[in-house]
Amino acid sequence: MTNVGIQVKQISKHYRHKDALKGVSLNFAPGKIYGLLGRNGAGKSTLLNIIANRIFPSSGDITFDGVTLNNNDQALGQCYLMSEVNLYPDGDRLERLFKNTELFYGSFDYDYAHRLARKFELDLHQKFGKLSTGYRSIFKLIVALASPARYVFFDEPVLGLDANHRELFYRELVDNYAKTNRTFVISTHLIEEIAAMVEHVFIIKSGELIVDDEVEHLLSQGYLITGTKADVQVYCQGMKVLGHENLGSLYGCYVLLGDDTLPTPPANITTERLDLQRLFVQLTNIDEEELDA
Amino acid sequence: MLFNFDSTDPIYTQVAEQVEAAILTQTYHEGQQIPSTTEISKYFHINPATVLKGFNLLVAKGLVEKKRGVGMFVSPGAYQRLIDHRRNEFYQLKIRPLIKEAQRLHFSEAALLDLIKRGFETND
Repeated sequence: MTNVGIQVKQISKHYRHKDALKGVSLNFAPGKIYGLLGRNGAGKSTLLNIIANRIFPSSGDITFDGVTLNNNDQALGQCYLMSEVNLYPDGDRLERLFKNTELFYGSFDYDYAHRLARKFELDLHQKFGKLSTGYRSIFKLIVALASPARYVFFDEPVLGLDANHRELFYRELVDNYAKTNRTFVISTHLIEEIAAMVEHVFIIKSGELIVDDEVEHLLSQGYLITGTKADVQVYCQGMKVLGHENLGSLYGCYVLLGDDTLPTPPANITTERLDLQRLFVQLTNIDEEELDA
Repeated sequence: MLFNFDSTDPIYTQVAEQVEAAILTQTYHEGQQIPSTTEISKYFHINPATVLKGFNLLVAKGLVEKKRGVGMFVSPGAYQRLIDHRRNEFYQLKIRPLIKEAQRLHFSEAALLDLIKRGFETND
């Protein structure tokens, strides 16, 4: 039972001048929506490309329902990676590209793909090379949603999409999830837009996995404590401090509680919960004092 | 529907809160069907499991009930139950913070009572 899903085990990827991933281990279970977050260059795309067998790890292994994913066509047919890279020949018409997807994945929901194309106002008689950045993303999103893969990975899915199209995509994604109960993994910088959709979040920082948690649990741990510096420091004693802010004599401290609960604050202290984006920024910030030193 | 997810409270409590607010204003009458988890999750891009968790809070409070294969409905007596429930919470959630803020602003007890009286008088 514990082997079900995709298990990433101690994956490392070294380039000549950089360790892109350093021993990352995580699991994707069936039927969940995951967020994969990290700053630019943190290693998110590297990880997704390794899962999709587009590049190979320096060490480590990935299994699909307990069987290695490497060169495992049957398992790879259950994984779809939508990414910035354009894998399609510029001269091919969009309709034809649907067929190619069907050939690789064994089936393809043409009706659904056409419905989506109408909603996004995408003309399927066009050639891929003629599409704008936004419509390239839209086309790839449609292919991903209409593919039969049980695990669909989105690497920057809304690149170049306007607010209306982003909204439409999120609705269609949730609708698709409610109907198919597949696993979706979303890697994006627009954290606020996906925060409520995502059940579990992974945060990668400089090639290392620093957060592997249910969103609700993670958010119950992060607080901003404000007051005078002396008061805040007394109150925050023993807590894990992520960062702080100074605004005149007002002092703010970002803390992560672990599994403790926040002690009742005295009158001179205010506490507030953080949303996913603010917590992410604090967790992945480079220590400014370290840079100044 | 007037859902407005802008606080940092857990989303599932906000879902429950919003449905309660609609029952309290009698936008959702007793016996009326409320939107399905899929409708709400799709419309607001919220994970269906989160919406369901919010609905379960409402079921536990006896405010809505599930009719198998049909959907969720506002329970008979939900309006009164909700009022009783809110009354029990009123002191902790509303009065305590009100007094705390009044003290910060150096209002005396008499001055605060005067303000409350004024609020009642101008209420139409």
